[in-house]
Amino acid sequence: MDFATLAPVRFGFGLSPRAVGPQTVPEMLAALRSDGVGAQFPGMQTGVALKMRVDFVRLKRAERDDEPGAAAALKAHKAALHDALVDSLQLALARAVDDPAGMRERLFAFWRDHFTIQGKRREDYALAASHAEALRPHLTGSFPAMLRAAVLHPMMLIYLDQNSSFGPGSRMARKKPERALGLNENLAREVMELHTLGVGGAYSQDDVRQLAELFTGLRVLGEAGMQFSPDLAEPGAEQVLGRSFGGDPAQLEDIHAVLDTLALHPDTARHLARKLAVHFVSPAPDPALIDAMAEAYLGAKGALMPVYQVLLEHPASHGDALEKVRQPFEFMATSLRALGLSGADVMGLSGAILRKQGYWPLRSMGQQWLAPRGPDGWPEDAADWIAPQTLSARINWALKAPAAIVRDLKRPFPDARDFLPQALGPRVSEALAFAVPRAESRVEGVALVLASSEFNRR
Amino acid sequence: MISRRFFLRGAAVLGCSAAAHPLMSTVTLAATPGDRRLVVIILRGAMDGLDIVQPYGDPLLAQMRPDLGVGPQNGALDLDGFFALHPAMAGLMPLWSKGELAFTHAVSTPYRDKRSHFDGQDMLEAGTGMDVPVSMIRDGWLNRLLQSMPGARAETAYSVGADEMPVLAGAAPAMAWAPDAWLNLSGQGRALLEHIYHDDALFREAAAEAMTITDTQAAEALVAQQMAAPMAGGTMVTPGMQATGAGAVQKADALAQFAASRLREDTRIAAFSLNGWDTHRGQAGAIRGPATRLASMILTLQQELGAAWGKTLVLAMTEFGRTARQNGSRGTDHGTGGAMVMAGGALRGGRVYGRWPGLAEADLYAGRDLMPTADIRAYAGWALAGMFGADRALLERAIFPGLDLGDDPKFLL
Repeated sequence: MDFATLAPVRFGFGLSPRAVGPQTVPEMLAALRSDGVGAQFPGMQTGVALKMRVDFVRLKRAERDDEPGAAAALKAHKAALHDALVDSLQLALARAVDDPAGMRERLFAFWRDHFTIQGKRREDYALAASHAEALRPHLTGSFPAMLRAAVLHPMMLIYLDQNSSFGPGSRMARKKPERALGLNENLAREVMELHTLGVGGAYSQDDVRQLAELFTGLRVLGEAGMQFSPDLAEPGAEQVLGRSFGGDPAQLEDIHAVLDTLALHPDTARHLARKLAVHFVSPAPDPALIDAMAEAYLGAKGALMPVYQVLLEHPASHGDALEKVRQPFEFMATSLRALGLSGADVMGLSGAILRKQGYWPLRSMGQQWLAPRGPDGWPEDAADWIAPQTLSARINWALKAPAAIVRDLKRPFPDARDFLPQALGPRVSEALAFAVPRAESRVEGVALVLASSEFNRR
Repeated sequence: MISRRFFLRGAAVLGCSAAAHPLMSTVTLAATPGDRRLVVIILRGAMDGLDIVQPYGDPLLAQMRPDLGVGPQNGALDLDGFFALHPAMAGLMPLWSKGELAFTHAVSTPYRDKRSHFDGQDMLEAGTGMDVPVSMIRDGWLNRLLQSMPGARAETAYSVGADEMPVLAGAAPAMAWAPDAWLNLSGQGRALLEHIYHDDALFREAAAEAMTITDTQAAEALVAQQMAAPMAGGTMVTPGMQATGAGAVQKADALAQFAASRLREDTRIAAFSLNGWDTHRGQAGAIRGPATRLASMILTLQQELGAAWGKTLVLAMTEFGRTARQNGSRGTDHGTGGAMVMAGGALRGGRVYGRWPGLAEADLYAGRDLMPTADIRAYAGWALAGMFGADRALLERAIFPGLDLGDDPKFLL
């Protein structure tokens, strides 16, 4: 497939009647360099989210103590926290439909998934939304910087239990022996297994243990967020991957140093290269593509643009076979883009429409917003997303949502025959060209386009 | 331009049956997993075992819970002179008399102290102990059973409803369907969809199966409606009717009904959720809803399973119990030991299993919660042993790693 046809399918969110996408790799790279949609649609800031979290705990206490007005205030605050989740979905959709090339927002989704978190408790919903925003400045920058931002964010420290990990020999543990404070290895393990070296990487259980000891001292404190408290840190230096880190006094810089070392390890380069190739190109990518991306990563000391350039230019990325299926969020964003919505349109949708046609259908399609099952994120295989129940949810969404959304925006419903080339460009199959005009209504005609495998594969 | 193939496929849509369609299964073996049926209901939010199965014979209970309506004098149904069943579940008493209903009291998972719903549910469904961080758990104990079951196919196990069911998640394929996932396409729309999916096996087979299930559900809803109101003509059952039917009880029943429809066929394991148990305030009112729904679900399963009910076991399990004392807002807070509800013809019912720890201050866990005297996983384990022949080594090493099964409580016939 030529690059201009392939780019919106494999690297973007499909076609939009509102913009012409990049025709060449240099045009795509140029588009990647600026974050226009991020500036236009700013997201949840960590400071605001931390304050919402503290307020929740305070209101809950007030309600328990039967303070006047507390019950109503808590109810409103609970709703605001849930709104923060739905708002972050709205923002992600708005950015995806307005991103001229689409790839920047696809990368946003990719890295959000690479650094999966989940705010399981209501008080953490806004903080979960803010975690993704903390990654944005680094999407086309350097991986070591993104790793630091992702791992040291209060949401990650909460999600992977760092907040309840203490140096067994720390001052705090020795002062309060009755609390039996000890290590929790969870964050250390996942940083190595998921975020950097990969499960096949060259690390041992000892390395996990040592990294967990090095991480002690990291904690989340109210509105201050991530803090480093030497009182909680295990004394002494730690050996990670054969190198010594830290010592006395324990300091945050030691943790930065070990994260940088992990980020620039050759196993990390391969792990990231493979993950990008699997996500964008194929469940079984050409080893030459992975090698080339890993080499670019190490050569550029973790800068990501050279890696993306290889991904875009490599012949193995240009195969005709569409082996991947759009995940439900991508499917939804690609549909809205094809329908011609602008980011401003998405931001103008009513809360009811967003919930009914956005947040809840994503759950039915198998991808509850910001709530993957485990820290390893969403699955990548096509078969994980296209099962009877989840495909049925896509088809039912394709039948209902477009009409509800254009009605909410007071726009006319498109003619299915015009919509077909608008959505798929030169990729309209014979079967679709046959079927769409024969649908018994315009609604079913548009639904056939959105439900088609041509539209759902990438 | 319309091909003959297209017409034939279109015409076949309404007549298609499960047998005519390749299922989504990736493994197809000749052996079958037997004729026993297991239904696991995850009661999310922490069911108050002390209110559902009230130990009213202990006078401390009424003292600790002055506003929660304790014992037969407040409408609860005496079970054995010591325990009484919550009045909202009165409909289950015939099952109790027949020996098709039982309870286990003072059980819990190994989860302790933090009392978080999410971690508690994760641990209940993972079937693991405190030695594994809950965020590292990737599969559920029912899935690990499937992984070890020769002849298990995707449709051997069904997760029903829109809630994720981590208890069934994992490497072994299982089916998932929500009653409101009905495919709402016209006949023509279906035919055209089959046409455009023809060359893509993944989409073609998933859609074919969705259509089959939708049609089965629609046909069953029609029969049920005709049986319920043979004289009332004119109203046509349409897909989605059950699910949009008013009331949470109907929604819960729709899950049970759909589960039963699968269990009558080749499915042997079904799992679904029942939410709403987190009764922090005004429990006397708040617990009625979920208790009514649970009773109704069990009765729906009994009714819909017909003869298969005799070989069925229902286990309704929750993440932990609630505080022994009522709190300042006439509710209860997160606790530890709780109760499990069991039903089905495969059960040796009509009794309350478990070792009762008592409610005196010294008998409580941390001075506040019912003391767990058994691991709920041991009951689940003995259920899998009796129903599917899982042996002790498999249960203690693979399905519930680290569990000590202990002695067989012999709650199955």
